[in-house]
Amino acid sequence: MANLIKTAQAGTLESSDIMITVAPGSQGSGVVIELQSIVMAQYGDDIRLTLEKTVAQQDCTDIYIKALDRGALDCTIRARILTALSRAGAVLKEGIL
Amino acid sequence: MDLKLRRSMLFVPGNNPAMLQDGGVFGADSIILDLEDAVAPTEKDAARFLIAHALRTVDYGCSEKVVRINPLDTFAAQDIKAIVPCRPDAILVPKVESVADIHAAVKMIAAAELPNQTPVKIIALLETPRGIIEAYNIAMADPRVVALALGAEDYTAGLGAIRTKEGTEIFTARTIVVNAAAAADVQSIDTPYTDANDDEGVLVDTKFAKHLGFKGKLAINPRQIEIIHTVFNPTISDIDWAQQVIHAIGKAQAEGSGVASLNGKMVDLPIVNRAKRILHLAQLLGLIEEAK
Repeated sequence: MANLIKTAQAGTLESSDIMITVAPGSQGSGVVIELQSIVMAQYGDDIRLTLEKTVAQQDCTDIYIKALDRGALDCTIRARILTALSRAGAVLKEGIL
Repeated sequence: MDLKLRRSMLFVPGNNPAMLQDGGVFGADSIILDLEDAVAPTEKDAARFLIAHALRTVDYGCSEKVVRINPLDTFAAQDIKAIVPCRPDAILVPKVESVADIHAAVKMIAAAELPNQTPVKIIALLETPRGIIEAYNIAMADPRVVALALGAEDYTAGLGAIRTKEGTEIFTARTIVVNAAAAADVQSIDTPYTDANDDEGVLVDTKFAKHLGFKGKLAINPRQIEIIHTVFNPTISDIDWAQQVIHAIGKAQAEGSGVASLNGKMVDLPIVNRAKRILHLAQLLGLIEEAK
């Protein structure tokens, strides 16, 4: 299990980017996502799914994620959440890059 | 020689998702995803993740995928470990100064490559006075080295010279790089023209680079690409001349003569090789059909 030890942020509010803040959740809280997106109606569910899937692959179970999306592609969302996790102290699995 | 077309090599900032995803639409022969100067020290980790995912996801079309890593004495090891398994075509190694630098880069790249991965090429960026002096040895250091590129901004800072649009202060470095690359049978890529709003300046500078023998030019803005291509593309008269040379040498060989001439001038091996290079470039660009 990859535990977060602090709050961390990655990304920007530029077009095609997403700013993600992650913080450790209390035990048993699960993955809590607060999402704002300029394409919420069209892609909100997909963005949530990408975030959930990426943190699950890292075995992060109790985590709070705040994401401000400016139309980021899937690969950008994955890159930004992994950067945030890494900065928050999670030891990422080998070969994730 | 590696015959990949590298007329234009466009830098794209490594921590800018919008530019990373659009990099393939500008038609540059190579796109350089930049981890070095375009990325703040505090964002190197983020750029590494972004470029790694972009390499695996974004379609860069016909553009060669090159990643400029950080200098060998800073974050190069982390960059190579993260980027090489994502199958870039080449790594642009900055501030190369010696054969040992190339050997160090090769060792790290080879260790990071996946089984059965096409070997990642190296383009050596020479941007210090010592690097220029060592140009030929650097080009010959390993078969992975396919090109030498000149970085004139850092080079002139190293000289203590003032960088000008005319570029008189980098004339010696330019000719050394072109000569070293030609002697080592690798490509030579000229320094970028850094005023992105001066189209006439790019044109003049690129024409001069081609005149010296450079095979391509680094670019810092997409609007420079078309200008650079226009200069490096062979003209109709170039192609016509090259075809006449090949015809003349073929005719001489058919007649059992070892000597050919065209318009009263002897056609020797360097002339033939130059003609072949022009025709190869014309074929790559679709200007002529491949010879049957």
